[in-house]
Amino acid sequence: MKILVAVKRVADPDNANKVTIPAGGERVDTTGMEWKANPFDEYALEAALRLTENGQQPKTRAGEVIAVTFGPKECEATLRAAMATGADKAIRVEAEDDKLDGHLVAGALKTLVEQEKPDLVFLGKQAVDGDTNQVGQILAELLGWPMATFVATIQEEQGALLCGREVDGGSLHVRVKLPAIVTVDLRIVAPTSVYSLKTAKTFKYNDGVRFASLPAIMQAKRKPLALKALKDLAADQTLKVKYLRFEAPPKRKAGIKVPDVATLVDKLKNEAKVL
Amino acid sequence: MANILVVAEFSEGTLKRTTHSAIAFAKLAVAAAGGGSFDILVMGAGLDAAAAELAKFGAGKVLVADDASLKQYTAEKFAPTVSALGKSHNVLVAAASAFGKDLMPRVACRLEAGYAADLTEVKAEGGKLVYKRPMFAGNAYGMCQVQTPIEVVTVRQSSFAPAEPAGGASPIEKIKAEAPCKGAERVEWVEFKQSKSERPELTEAEVVVSGGRGCKEKFNAILSPLADLFGAAIGATRAACDAEWAAPDIQVGQTGKIVAPKLYFAIGLSGAIQHLAGMKGSKVIVAVNKDPEAPIFSVADYGLVEDLFKVVPDLVERIKMARQ
Repeated sequence: MKILVAVKRVADPDNANKVTIPAGGERVDTTGMEWKANPFDEYALEAALRLTENGQQPKTRAGEVIAVTFGPKECEATLRAAMATGADKAIRVEAEDDKLDGHLVAGALKTLVEQEKPDLVFLGKQAVDGDTNQVGQILAELLGWPMATFVATIQEEQGALLCGREVDGGSLHVRVKLPAIVTVDLRIVAPTSVYSLKTAKTFKYNDGVRFASLPAIMQAKRKPLALKALKDLAADQTLKVKYLRFEAPPKRKAGIKVPDVATLVDKLKNEAKVL
Repeated sequence: MANILVVAEFSEGTLKRTTHSAIAFAKLAVAAAGGGSFDILVMGAGLDAAAAELAKFGAGKVLVADDASLKQYTAEKFAPTVSALGKSHNVLVAAASAFGKDLMPRVACRLEAGYAADLTEVKAEGGKLVYKRPMFAGNAYGMCQVQTPIEVVTVRQSSFAPAEPAGGASPIEKIKAEAPCKGAERVEWVEFKQSKSERPELTEAEVVVSGGRGCKEKFNAILSPLADLFGAAIGATRAACDAEWAAPDIQVGQTGKIVAPKLYFAIGLSGAIQHLAGMKGSKVIVAVNKDPEAPIFSVADYGLVEDLFKVVPDLVERIKMARQ
């Protein structure tokens, strides 16, 4: 089993309220914010690692995971972190952050898939900076591969994955035959979300993503990291969506704290008039 | 001139209200563009009632792909029909529901069209449509234009009040479903496990009662009586969903449900950035939390620093009394 995992770095999502819009609105300024891996992409990596190991303690690798990202040299930190948690090798596609959009990334990923020939491509369902949610879907269309988006559970079968998708009103279960595209949702990192053929049905993972040990961080420095040029992967680099300007959201006016339930009910009834 | 195709959402035998928000967008886009019209496409099996309903909204025509093969949705089966009809339109829109977000990027790809997701506003500048969309968990808005001849978009349901029937009857035209995408034969629809709820849809409710980690295992026991008073929907934070006190599809937040009800109760939840992104458009926000420093108080109109297990039952009784 060979899985390609697309990873994007984003400005620290837990401090997303610290982004600023400079006067003129030409860009969103994230200066001073720490770069983190997009949480959904970290979950995609965790799911890929779970599928390519035997689920024993200690776990043994039983497949290959390749992490890929697009961006400048600093993005290699994201890839080294991915390799420290278990990815076997990595690819950085040299690119400028603001000269990418979902179509372009998906187009370049298609070429990478043709070169690397993975059985699966795993992606986060969306990056939490642009918040678009599109690359996996477009990649599936370009490759003519089956896809399962917003996936919260995976059960490996012979040559296929049974995926539980989080959709409105419940969960939709689809079986995709390999090779396939999977985009993951939050619950994919729950202890019983992912089972490979080799993992016992009784096995429970730790909740959430795994952390890298210090020796693994050192080893990751020696794992292979290839560099590719965007132009070699995608001939047309025209962006299909253009941002004219950015705006800050309207601020909510400050509310009040009420001392007790009686006051709250009085305010709801007579001031807000919502009872 | 805007010539718009609205992709309706029909699932489990019913026309989803998300469709009405997509229709509302189409009407606003036509007005912003200074003219044009919109058609509505509905796909599925057994669509007579849905088609009759959709004919009441003033569409140029209602296109109906009624085919047994479309009974169970997969993007691979639906995208080709949307993109085939899309060629005779210049804006294709669906709601940014799980359905729209799954389907529309593939449609955009088939048409080599740009895709703008989760729009909250539409206007025109220099004769071209400009879309506003939230980014960075709603902490920035981008104003964007799609650069391709055909534009594909999804719209945030809570930002477009559902269209009301306009009277009249649009002509209904039956169409043939296109052959599915390459790869469609390798996707098998297995089953839909519906989460049971007697409550209104989160995205349509006028009142939402949401709970977080603080509600503990009593999540439903503590929130249900309050929700019952208003016929409210119940929402949850990620922590409550991860703990399986609440179904995943009622998670409110940046990547879950986006709500903007008239009244939002935030009970025992701290107000992480990701949660605020899903509810800060609510009209009146009430927060109950033991921690006076909880970020939820920065967006709440009325905050009460107290133990929720004491407050909520008392609140229920006092609201009942206040209504008498």
